[in-house]
Amino acid sequence: MATSSRRRTRLTSRTKDRASPAWAVMAWAVALIAFFPVLNMVLTGFKTEVTAVSLPPQLIFWPTLENYREVLNINFLPFFRNSLIAALTSTALVMVLAIPAAYGIALRPTKQWKDVLFFFISTRFLPPAGVIVPLFIIYREAQLLGTIHGLIILYTAMNLPIAIWMLRSFFEEVPREIIDAARVDGTGPWREITQILLPMAVPGLVATAFISIIFAWNEFFFAVSLAAIGTATVPIFLVRFVTSEGFFWAKLAASSTMAVLPIVIVGWIAQRQLVRGLSMGAIK
Amino acid sequence: MAIADLGTTAGAKTGRGGWLRQTVANQPIGRLLLLPALAYAILVTQAPFLYTLWLSFERWNLNRPNLRGFTGLGNYELLLFRDPAFWQSILNTFIIVVAAVVLSMALGLFYAELVNHKFLGRGVVRTMLITPFLIMPVAAALHWKNQMLNPIYGVVNWVLSIVPGSLSPNWLGTFPEQSIIVVLVWRWAPFMMLILLAGMQSISEETREAVRVDGATAWREFRDITLPHLYRFFQLGGLLATVFIVQEIDPIYMMTKGGPGNATTTLPYLVYRKAIEGSNVGLGAATGVITVLLSIVAITLLLRALDRMLRED
Repeated sequence: MATSSRRRTRLTSRTKDRASPAWAVMAWAVALIAFFPVLNMVLTGFKTEVTAVSLPPQLIFWPTLENYREVLNINFLPFFRNSLIAALTSTALVMVLAIPAAYGIALRPTKQWKDVLFFFISTRFLPPAGVIVPLFIIYREAQLLGTIHGLIILYTAMNLPIAIWMLRSFFEEVPREIIDAARVDGTGPWREITQILLPMAVPGLVATAFISIIFAWNEFFFAVSLAAIGTATVPIFLVRFVTSEGFFWAKLAASSTMAVLPIVIVGWIAQRQLVRGLSMGAIK
Repeated sequence: MAIADLGTTAGAKTGRGGWLRQTVANQPIGRLLLLPALAYAILVTQAPFLYTLWLSFERWNLNRPNLRGFTGLGNYELLLFRDPAFWQSILNTFIIVVAAVVLSMALGLFYAELVNHKFLGRGVVRTMLITPFLIMPVAAALHWKNQMLNPIYGVVNWVLSIVPGSLSPNWLGTFPEQSIIVVLVWRWAPFMMLILLAGMQSISEETREAVRVDGATAWREFRDITLPHLYRFFQLGGLLATVFIVQEIDPIYMMTKGGPGNATTTLPYLVYRKAIEGSNVGLGAATGVITVLLSIVAITLLLRALDRMLRED
């Protein structure tokens, strides 16, 4: 809590003089242009198929919920539910594995802590293309192709390194005196983590979970290679919608809007922690 | 004798079991806590890569399993000397990634400088600028393909048509690589903005005041104070973006399917095409191995940059 409010003041209270009105106009113009495709997508979802393709793009029109009704009727929800399960389950597993590891690195470091840390991150940086072939073979044998479990296993591995790096940087901010005082009192590692460290690092835990959810939700390469034959995640719904339904932009826009909405909301909430997660905790 | 022997062996065995338990118990707690995560990472990421290496020496097409066999460097030879798509995809990967990263940096720097000043609604502007990065890449690619870049119904060509005498190109057909790059930059410039903004805000106000007292213009302040200070942040952001953009096949899959021809096929997409679509396990694996080898260069640089940031903590 303290961290986030400190960050907030730093982000907004730069004592620099107010920029000129021209600067403000330019900034707004640039932001509106960059944001336009998103706005356009959301609006198109509420148009009829005919208005969807009319030019200039109609910004004022009579909105309809027909697209949403139709998309929900062609089995969007199972995909959405799978995405939720994949993102949340993998994130839970990530936290279970990453919290002890990050605690070990930050507060009980052995000599090789740095090597371990770098080993973890190097696994995230290797392109998935390097492991996709054997995964396909193994999954085929293990009947994991087209299943959500197969994706959960991989999303956990994908987000584990980022989570360890992030959590480590959050854990190091917990005042050492508190930890040391607890150790003097003879508190074991389990109680040290659950009763002292975690309660103090709640904003960091939330930020880490958010980053993990964002990456899992948007993931495509594993999903298209290993799960596309089954009831997969939302990105695969979009792929299949295009191949099977063809030229229906308004319905596609409605599905896309539902697909991106959870992450856009999470991202807007976690804006301030985003940079820390994306830089693996290197930028505070 | 026999009984004695048996006794010693048995003794040794229990002793050994005890020894194992002892070593585990004697391990520093920091190491034990790392083990589950470490084991998981090795099992799911490192072990499959070794298997990739092994498979890359096999001739194995899933559609013709009876022809499966060891082929040594056969797959590599095929890729390097007889597959024009391979060299083209290396070149494409290089062009797309470098262009997307450099342009994202430039645009991200512009975004960051825009919102590093106070004005009415700055928070809203920053939020709008970040949003493209949060959009699911598949949805973003589809939307750009259909509604932005479509030659007839697309917004981009409609905007161009207002300018008299301008062309209305078929973007994905005529400029496939540029179109992919545009979408990547649209998504990754916000990422660079976040990193660079953090850098800009770590410049102390005193430093800025000092040059302002000397009567420096806003441009001089930007050039002499902001840019040099941002060096590390550029480095970190650039390398991270490189690693992530190399992995991103979403816009290629959704917008061009690697085409026309092989014009937008990158190495990861080539792996997908050969192994998953083409069922050619051996060739896909060999392509994957080469992708990893080339990535290691980028990764080494990246890890050095991260190490430097860590040391400065």
